[in-house]
Amino acid sequence: MSLAEKILQGDIRAAARLMRDVDDGFSSALPELKTLYPHTGNAYILGITGPPGAGKSTLTDQITASFRQSGRRVGIVAVDPTSPFTGGAILGDRIRMNRHADDEGVFIRSLATRGALGGISRSTGEVVNIMDAMGMDVVIIETVGVGQDEIDIVRMAHTTAVVMVPGLGDDIQAIKAGILEIADVFVVNKADRDGADRTARDLSMMIEMGNRKEGEWLPKVMKTEACRGTGIEELMAEFEAHRGFLSASGIMQRFTEEKNRAVFSEMLKERLFNSVNGRILENGELKRIVAGMGTRSVDPYSAVEEVLDRYLLDAGSESA
Amino acid sequence: MAERKLRILVGKPGLDGHDRGAKVVARAFRDAGLEVIYTGLHQTPEQIVSAAIQEDVDCIGLSILSGAHNTLLPRVCDLLKEKKADDIAVFCGGVIPEDDIPGLKKAGLKEVFTPGTSTEDIVAWVKTNIGC
Ligand code: B12
Ligand SMILES: Nc1nc2c(ncn2[C@@H]2O[C@H](COP(=O)(O)OP(=O)(O)OP(=O)(O)O)[C@@H](O)[C@H]2O)c(=O)[nH]1
Ligand SMILES: [Mg+2]
Repeated sequence: MSLAEKILQGDIRAAARLMRDVDDGFSSALPELKTLYPHTGNAYILGITGPPGAGKSTLTDQITASFRQSGRRVGIVAVDPTSPFTGGAILGDRIRMNRHADDEGVFIRSLATRGALGGISRSTGEVVNIMDAMGMDVVIIETVGVGQDEIDIVRMAHTTAVVMVPGLGDDIQAIKAGILEIADVFVVNKADRDGADRTARDLSMMIEMGNRKEGEWLPKVMKTEACRGTGIEELMAEFEAHRGFLSASGIMQRFTEEKNRAVFSEMLKERLFNSVNGRILENGELKRIVAGMGTRSVDPYSAVEEVLDRYLLDAGSESA
Repeated sequence: MAERKLRILVGKPGLDGHDRGAKVVARAFRDAGLEVIYTGLHQTPEQIVSAAIQEDVDCIGLSILSGAHNTLLPRVCDLLKEKKADDIAVFCGGVIPEDDIPGLKKAGLKEVFTPGTSTEDIVAWVKTNIGC
């Protein structure tokens, strides 16, 4: 039986292994992903992002507990950074989620960024799909704590929560505009700390200042104390509200379309590049081009055109 | 060609608050290029085993200084067998009397590292004995 067939029958080890194959870039994962694809698209995907130590994992733990109480099965993808120096990583998000470790309705996978920027690993989308195919009702993605550019999460998650903490917020202007745009919900966690109200107020003000169009979602600012579970119920209600908004307004459909298009383009780009690049790497052409650029006897513009002409036949003539 | 990245779970079973050794060892593994899933303190053998399966690790390194090694560590090995996951190797470190080591190995632990072992030796052992 293939991994995919086993996964569809509820085999946990098979799922864990396919995630590994995807993460390690094994081409054997491809047919499995093909088999699983028709079984995906059912999970509600929730992104949790924000600066290091803001409480993303602790919140994820609480949110998971709440989903479990209402009987929902939860998949968690927790991303932590790979050390650029050694290629190794310490993935520590599980520390805060241990109570769910032996709950059969929860599946937690830690991933390292492996050089990817943007807050998640290259494999994240596929790992989410595998969890979706496993029948998880909700998949929560916890990004790396980088604080500003976690744009990749927005395309993947139906609802994105940006977690902030008091203090950070004294100089809230310093927060990149980008983060304001990606949030569907703002969470001011560590509400037990001084300045939480102020941070929440500052955030609300910035949201109001941004000009939103008619009918657009207006993110709310929620205060939580994740380590004690305070404010979680209200936060869950807000997630539910956003989800309801998405389907009622038809935005869900647009979101899915855009996401599918992006997934396809990304994959096409990667496969095209790999196949062409692989060939010119193998036959020594790449080496000659690079050497030629060094002596200025070859220019990269013509070289790309020639390579495309040769390997993509008619595609070359359409490239600008 | 794609290559496997070695993944290891480092955890502390039982009611044992000594986490310095576990952290030192986790860092050494990271510096050696491994992906380390660090699950922290106070893990039950059940939690350790299901985390190891979900994370698809190649091995489990347990740190224990509480004296409860003779009950907790064999339990981890037994649970792995029960779940047909005993291809995942288990080894440990911490304060463990010489006399207990043969019994632990018989129970399924591949190696036992006592205080004072250099992290270089530990990393070298993992690299030669754990495949993926
Ligand atoms: C520091 C220390 C503490 C600190 C711990 C701080 C912390 N966050 O870790 C504090 C003060 C909190 C503490 C408290 C206690 N301690 Co204390 N503590 C020690 C001490 C002095 C050193 C431990 C240490 O950190 N060593 C440094 C690290 C780097 O070494 P290591 O852990 O041994 O790790 C090495 C190897 O063992 C191995 N290794 C370890 N783990 C792993 C994992 C893997 C995967 C691998 C491959 C290798 C490996 O590699 C490491 C590098 O060589 C030891 C005595 C000793 N000499 O070991 C007592 C000791 C462990 N403590 C002991 C006791 C009794 C206690 C208390 C119960 C005391 C009390 N009555 O309150 C409490 C219990 C706390 C609790 N909640 O569990 C006893 C345990 C007795 C036993 N096992 O039979 C010891 C042995 C002291 C003694 N001789 O009696 N302790
Ligand atoms: N005071 C206070 N501390 C909290 C709260 N929530 C979480 N913490 C603590 O903040 C620390 C970091 O929490 P995590 O959940 O690991 O934060 P994170 O954002 O996941 O961190 P990274 O994944 O490392 O970026 C931990 O020590 C938590 O116990 C809170 O509401 N109040
Ligand atoms: Mg975290």
